[in-house]
Amino acid sequence: MLYREAGQFKTSYASDQAIFPILQDRIGIVVILAVAFTLPLYADDFIVNAVMIPFLIFSLAAIGLNLLTGYTGQLSLGTGAFMGVGAYACYKLTTIWPDVNIIVWVVCSGFFSAAVGAVFGLPSLRIKGFYLAIATLAAQFFLEWCFIRIPWLYNENISGAIEVPQRELFNIIVTGPRATAETRYYVVLCLVVAMTWIASNLMHGRIGRTWMAVRDMDIAAELMGIRLLPTKLMAFAVSSFYCGVAGALMVFLWYGGAEPAVFNINQSFTILFMIIIGGLGSLLGSFLGAALIYVLPIALRFGPELLGLHMHAATVEHVTFMVVGILIIFFLIAEPAGLARLWQIGKQKLRVWPFPY
Amino acid sequence: MKTKQLCVAIACAGLMASAVYASKAQAEDSIYVPLLTYRTGPYANSGIPIANGMHDYLAMLNERDGGIGGVKLNIEECETGYDTKKGVECYESIKGKNPAVVNPWSTGITLQLIPKAGVDKIPILSMAYGLSAAAVGKDFPWVFNPPATYWDGMSMIIKYIGGKTGGLDKLKGKTVGFIFLDAGYGREPIPLLEQLAKDYGFKVKLYAVAGKEMQDQSSQWLAVRRDRPDWMIMWGWGAMNPTAVKRAAENGYPMDHFISVWWGGGEDDARPAGAQAKGYLTLNFAVPGEKFPAIEAIMKDVVGKGKSQTPKDKVGESHYNKGVYNSVMIAEAIRNAQKLTGKKVVTGEDVRRGLETMHITAARWKELGLDGFAAPLNITCADHSGHQPAYMQQWDGAKWVKVSDWIQPMTDKVGPMLDAAAKEYVEKNSGWPKRTEACDKAM
Amino acid sequence: MDILYSIFIDPFAQMIGAPDLLVQTLWDGLVGGMLYALIALGFVLIFKASGVFNFAQGIMVVFAGLTLVGLYEAGVPAFIALALAIAVMYGLAFAVERVVLRPLVNQPDIILFMATFGITYFLIGFGEFVFGGDPKVMITDDLYLPKGSFNVKMLGGIVNFQRLDIVAVVVASIMVAALAVFFSKTRIGRALRAVADSHSAALSVGISLEQIWVIVWFAAGLVALVTGIFWGARSNVSFALEVIALKALPVLILGGFTSIPGAIVGGLIIGVGEKLAEFYWGPLVGGGTDAWFAYVIALVFLLFRPQGLFGEKIIERV
Repeated sequence: MLYREAGQFKTSYASDQAIFPILQDRIGIVVILAVAFTLPLYADDFIVNAVMIPFLIFSLAAIGLNLLTGYTGQLSLGTGAFMGVGAYACYKLTTIWPDVNIIVWVVCSGFFSAAVGAVFGLPSLRIKGFYLAIATLAAQFFLEWCFIRIPWLYNENISGAIEVPQRELFNIIVTGPRATAETRYYVVLCLVVAMTWIASNLMHGRIGRTWMAVRDMDIAAELMGIRLLPTKLMAFAVSSFYCGVAGALMVFLWYGGAEPAVFNINQSFTILFMIIIGGLGSLLGSFLGAALIYVLPIALRFGPELLGLHMHAATVEHVTFMVVGILIIFFLIAEPAGLARLWQIGKQKLRVWPFPY
Repeated sequence: MKTKQLCVAIACAGLMASAVYASKAQAEDSIYVPLLTYRTGPYANSGIPIANGMHDYLAMLNERDGGIGGVKLNIEECETGYDTKKGVECYESIKGKNPAVVNPWSTGITLQLIPKAGVDKIPILSMAYGLSAAAVGKDFPWVFNPPATYWDGMSMIIKYIGGKTGGLDKLKGKTVGFIFLDAGYGREPIPLLEQLAKDYGFKVKLYAVAGKEMQDQSSQWLAVRRDRPDWMIMWGWGAMNPTAVKRAAENGYPMDHFISVWWGGGEDDARPAGAQAKGYLTLNFAVPGEKFPAIEAIMKDVVGKGKSQTPKDKVGESHYNKGVYNSVMIAEAIRNAQKLTGKKVVTGEDVRRGLETMHITAARWKELGLDGFAAPLNITCADHSGHQPAYMQQWDGAKWVKVSDWIQPMTDKVGPMLDAAAKEYVEKNSGWPKRTEACDKAM
Repeated sequence: MDILYSIFIDPFAQMIGAPDLLVQTLWDGLVGGMLYALIALGFVLIFKASGVFNFAQGIMVVFAGLTLVGLYEAGVPAFIALALAIAVMYGLAFAVERVVLRPLVNQPDIILFMATFGITYFLIGFGEFVFGGDPKVMITDDLYLPKGSFNVKMLGGIVNFQRLDIVAVVVASIMVAALAVFFSKTRIGRALRAVADSHSAALSVGISLEQIWVIVWFAAGLVALVTGIFWGARSNVSFALEVIALKALPVLILGGFTSIPGAIVGGLIIGVGEKLAEFYWGPLVGGGTDAWFAYVIALVFLLFRPQGLFGEKIIERV
């Protein structure tokens, strides 16, 4: 009733193949974008800084992993390290050539992590499933060790951490401590929207289709003439590119500095949770998963206080862990295909509402 | 997928979304003192006693004196789990509530907050951890790391070793092993150690322990056995310390040649190895024990009344008293700030001035009910650390015993390196603000 | 040339020059490997019977250890605490089957894998909530575990054996042998293997999946308890132990997910390999190689045998 496509006729192939074929969807996406772009006007600093910016960055990393795991079927646990490669590459680039626009370097750093990702993707030709996942752990731990052990990467800083220098874009401070939350939010938002749009086009085109063919059955795909080596390596490269950019954004526009521990194995797991809970093989799922896994613990931590409950900080943390654990299991039981699937079911219900069928 | 489940799922999502809008209502007649603590995670064994000590002393001030200068302290813990991400989240959530001072309690979190401090006008008190170079007040007006930096600590240990071998010049040809947590924290003293090795002619062997390996360490200690260093120095944290003490004992390393920085000096670090750990040495700057009047007041007014999470028998332990030391500095800084500004409710900006003029003499320690608790502390505009001495304590199988006098750091060696490091930091961070904050006269 | 010398010649010269240290390294590697193998065993048991890659094994180790020590500290005598800890592990197995596995039956592997993450999170929160986050000292004396060490003079030096390590190796071996017998000789063991081969075929001949799952999770819980006792005695029982589970992963891929002997052999190869590498070659790159070396060994093996040393051959058809 509310979500009916009756009366919306497609008169060309182009309109039939559109990403948002239904008017309501188009309205919806415009509303979401409008809200996203006006958010800093009415949300306070905490929401922008500690909720929205990380949420967008994690969404981007989740999209990256989803391209590899959800669309190409290659399980990877090296996401954290690939994000680290992006962050360190960006740091090196901007300290060597400080005059170049920082956004250019953020995007460029993605290429470095893409290259590293492709190298560590080589075993995927022989190894599959959980075996591959653990093989990618080798990448995770080795790279993490490199971040600590190669002083050149962090310019021989005694603290072993990288610090974000101040950089400007059109005379507005974008990075460093003096950049306002709004500026950083808009930069992140623009990049995330653009890269999501690119990912979406990629998935609807030839490349996306070959990836999905490989995911569904790689031997069958090979028989159909898809060359596995370039396809899988490209999936690794593109995925790592997204993760690398997300890592660079994370350090430059959110943390403002990082030590190697930021890119540890837990980071990889967190992003894997996001795509599984959100929905494998769904861009929308990446966003929903990031929202659930990242925002939920914050809500749980700062929520009880809001309701006037006073608990010890440590107790809140314990309860948060328990609740997150229970919710993960609950969502998996409720809908194993993820939140994105939940949304589709919801749409269907809205379509026929108030009738059951 | 049933409709019911769908509804529950949507309801959950809705609840979570609404809860994010945390209110920021704040009572105006109290001073907000957030404590970033960690009672969970792999480093909890070091974090819990410190969190307890910090909380209990401030709570005692509230109970006994009704706060500081007649203003109650609003003490709030935020759990970081020693995780940088959660720490930054905590910081973002407290930033808007006008905190007096922030104690990050993790070198990783401190490094993230240093650039933010000046912008948000919130002083950072990183007690004997964090960035050593932040001791240079000229470049880091908002960051404080009293009573001593890691480099001071390293120089004191070398001085102690020198004293035991019969003079620093006798160190020539000796080997000093350095076992450290393979992270920024553990690596920080290495430049100074190598500098001193060059100056005094001893050899340095490095043994890195990855965070994941801290419960094992067998290959590192085997290497120690092979290299037979004359002295071992440790920069460990959390579960690394007790394991290292155990491995050292198992490998027959002479425990009285095994020295840790102050963070390895908790009861929980030595206790698991029990009698085997006898002889194990660590630096310390806050004397353990519960016989101080202030600690007794904590016992009576806070722990005795069940207003703390501390078990009674843990009050006055080594790390606990370090937490108390940290809170004494917070309280003194607030007191100074009140005197300087004449205001009752002080802000972060005022407390920064209070910290910069902090001078706790032996007489003042006595007034505080902590006679002989620590060396006098003197922070100035230029020197944000104080470079105060520490002493060596030794595990006698059941408790810590003081075995040395207060050891002064080698300020002549550490000072120039600190200046150089601070200069480098400023150079690397283009656009680092010049100090504009005026200096106050010492109180 | 220097580099080549220090890579190819010097370590071996050291091995020959100080054979006692070599023996000590091998022994330490053996003990470490055996303990890795114990954790891997927990993974294998569950994977074999239910196809679930149980990430919660690491936290189960911590949880079992904490329960034991926590009960003891609450005043329960040591062996009753041990019995109660076993009962708690059974309760956990039962609850996991009821609440998590049964509703998720027939879901893809990755969903079940994810569900074990949910269990991990819950157990971390629950464990810290009940027992607190501060580490506990394992009650070795009350469990009559030996302490101390003895030195054996050999090869012109001294090799140090911890009594506890010897007991750990013996107990681990007994455990593996018992499980092997259990799997091959008993009725339940045969049912387990049937389930591992095919869920539906096993169901059709009247094997109760639910019951089997409770049994394997309970067995994994027991293995976790033993692991917790020994790792706990080596350092202490704290949540930092959880990361040790990650060390079992390369052991698993090396040995194959479904093979009990594989877990043992894999554990030994990894344990000895990483100790040798760190001890003799580690200093060349500044040490700390044991954080990733195990994974590299496993990766190299995988390139030649994608199913692990003892894994079942992967046959793919279109």
